[in-house]
Amino acid sequence: MLEKALIGGKRYWLWIGALLVIIGVAMTQYLRQFSYGLGITGLSRDVSWGLYIGQFTFLVGVAASAVMLVIPYYLHDFKKFGKIVILGEFLAVSAVTMCVLFIFVDMGQPMRIMNVVLHPTPNSIMFWDFIVLTGYLILNIVIGWTTLHADKKGVHPPQWVKPLIYLSVPWAVSIHTVTAFLYSGVPGRHFWLTAIMAARFLASAFAGGPALLIILALLVRKLSKFDPGYEPIQALGKIVTYAMFANVFFLGLEIFTAFYSNIPGHMAPIRYLYTGFEGHGKLVSIMWTSSILAVLSLTILVFPALRRNENILVVACVSMFISLWIDKGFGLIVGGFVPNMFEGVTEYWPTAPETMITIGVWAIGFLVLTVLYKVAIAVREEGGYHE
Amino acid sequence: MSINRRQFFRLAGVTAVLGIGGASVLEALTGKGEASSSQTPRFTTDPKGITGKRFGFAIDVGKLKTDEDYQKCFRACNDIHNIPEFGNPKDEVKWIWKDSYEHTFPTVTEDQIMNKELREKQFILLCNHCEQPACVRVCPTQATYKRPDGIVMQDMHRCIGCRFCMAACPFGARSFNYRDPRGKDANGMPFIKKENPQFPTRMIGVVEKCTLCYERLAVGLLPACAEVSNGAIVFGDLGDPNSEVRKVIESSYTIRRKPELGTQPSIYYVIGGRE
Repeated sequence: MLEKALIGGKRYWLWIGALLVIIGVAMTQYLRQFSYGLGITGLSRDVSWGLYIGQFTFLVGVAASAVMLVIPYYLHDFKKFGKIVILGEFLAVSAVTMCVLFIFVDMGQPMRIMNVVLHPTPNSIMFWDFIVLTGYLILNIVIGWTTLHADKKGVHPPQWVKPLIYLSVPWAVSIHTVTAFLYSGVPGRHFWLTAIMAARFLASAFAGGPALLIILALLVRKLSKFDPGYEPIQALGKIVTYAMFANVFFLGLEIFTAFYSNIPGHMAPIRYLYTGFEGHGKLVSIMWTSSILAVLSLTILVFPALRRNENILVVACVSMFISLWIDKGFGLIVGGFVPNMFEGVTEYWPTAPETMITIGVWAIGFLVLTVLYKVAIAVREEGGYHE
Repeated sequence: MSINRRQFFRLAGVTAVLGIGGASVLEALTGKGEASSSQTPRFTTDPKGITGKRFGFAIDVGKLKTDEDYQKCFRACNDIHNIPEFGNPKDEVKWIWKDSYEHTFPTVTEDQIMNKELREKQFILLCNHCEQPACVRVCPTQATYKRPDGIVMQDMHRCIGCRFCMAACPFGARSFNYRDPRGKDANGMPFIKKENPQFPTRMIGVVEKCTLCYERLAVGLLPACAEVSNGAIVFGDLGDPNSEVRKVIESSYTIRRKPELGTQPSIYYVIGGRE
C-alpha cells in the first residue's frame, strides 16, 4: 500500500519537498548540538529540561488521543467513526515517532540509548515509559495498517487484530499515565508533585489530540476527495468540549490547593508562570496567551450553534491546540524547575538552534503523517471501506 | 564478490567459534588464562581502605571563619576531580560549593525571625548521599546507584545524559556536562585548568556529582574537603555508633536539608551545642 504515497500531484510533492528542506536545515543544527553539546540550548544546571521534553510530553498526549476514536467505534459500535479511526491511529504513529525523536535529541549521550535496554531498571519510570511508548507505536502501526489493508480489499479485518484493538485502549491510557508519573513521582518539585497530574494529562490529551484531528479531518476534506463527514467531526467536537472543561477544572483544582493552603513552595511556580516571581516573568505573557485561548475555545465550543459551524469550530480547535501546546509543551516543564531547589530563580528560554531542531522534529512527524494519511486517503478515495 | 553455500557455512562456523570461544581460545594461546584465574585475583582491596555501612559528614560551619576556609575545601575537591570551569553559571559543573542559610534550608526560612549570625552564615553544599536517594530511584540505566557503604555513585560511562536524576534530586547536587569538559574555550584555554592524571576526566553529555572521594577512601585517605577543613567537616560511618561523626551529631544540635522529603540525607549541619 505504501506505493500510494509515491503518487501525488504538484502540491503534494511541494509539501514533501518543503518538509525535507526543513528537516535538512534542522539536521545541520542537530549536528552542531551533537558536537558542541546541549550547552547550545537554553538549558542550564537549574532548568535541565525544556522545549524538547515539553514537546515529548505534549505529543504523548496527542498519541494517546487516538483512543477517543477507538473507544466509540470499537466498544460502543459508533459506526460514524469507522472511516476516520485510521486518521487517529496514524496520527498516533506520527506522534509517538516525534516523542522518541524528542527524547533522542534531548539526550546527552544519544549513542548510549540502548543502555536502557541493556540495563533494564524497573524502578525507573523512564524504563516503563520506554516500554509503553514502544508498545503503543507497534500496536498502532499493526492495527492501522491491517485494518486499512482489509478496507482496501473490501473484506473484514482478520480476527487476530481485534484483541490488539481492545488492548490499545488501556495501553493509550498507560502511555500518558506513565509519562505523568515521570513528573509527579519526584520529590521536591512542588509544581509536579500532585496526584492529579496523570488525570490532568489525560484530560488535556483528550482535548488537544481530537482538536488536532478535527483540523486534520477538515484539511483532508479540503485537499482530497475523501470526506471524513460532518457528523464524525461534530462528535469529536463534543469530546473536545468535555475534555477541555475537565482539563480547565483540574487546573483550577491545582490553583485552589496551592493558594488556599497558602504553602509557599506550592504557590511559587504558579506565581512564576502567571504573575512573575521575584522580578522574573519571562513566561507570563505566553501563559496568559494560553489562558485566553483556552477561554476563547471553550466559549465557542460550549454553544452548540457555534460548534456546528465548521468554520467557527476550526477556530476553537486551533485556539485550543495552541493553548494546550503552551501549557503542556512549555509551562508545565519550566514551572517544575522555577524556582529551583534553592528557591532561587534561573529563567529559561529556548535558543535558535534548539527551536530549529524542535521544528525539524515536528517536520519529521508531519512527513510521517503525510505519507500515512496519503495511503489512507488513497484507499478511501478508491472506495475501500468495509464496516 | 560471491560465495557459495559451503563457503558461507565454513565462514559462519569460524565466526561462531571466534565469537563464542574467542576469549578462552585467546587465553589458551597466550597461556595467561589459568594463571590469572587461579593465582592472583583480578582486583585486590587495599587493606588500608576505609569501609563502613553509611558514610556521612557532620559539617560544623561555626569552624569555618574566613572565605579562605571555604575555598580551601572547594579547591581541594576541584583540583583532584578535574572539575571544568566553563565560565558561565548556565553550564556550570560543581561538586561542592557554598550558599546562604536561606538557600540551603529553603523550607525553614520563610518569613522567620532568627539568629542573625546563622542567617548570615554560608553553608557548604554537596551531594547528600541520601539513604533513600531519589536520583537512584529514577535513573533508567543504574548509572547512578547506591553502594553498600552508603555512597551514591555515578557511573559516567553508563550515563545516557537523560537528566532525570537532575529533575529528581531535591538538593540541586547534580551537574550536567553541557559542553565538552575536555575542550577549550574561545581563547584556547582548557576548561580543566590543570588536569590530575590520577582521576578520570568526563566526557560531554553526562551527569556528574560528588562521589564522596570513593577513590581516596579506597586507599585509606579521607575525603579531600574533610582533610583540609581543619575539623569543620567530620567524615565517618553514620552506621557505627562509636564513630566520631556519630558522637559529634549526638552531642550537638544538627539539621539536615529538606528532611521532610524522606530522602534521609547523610550530611548533617552542626548548628550549635558542640563544645
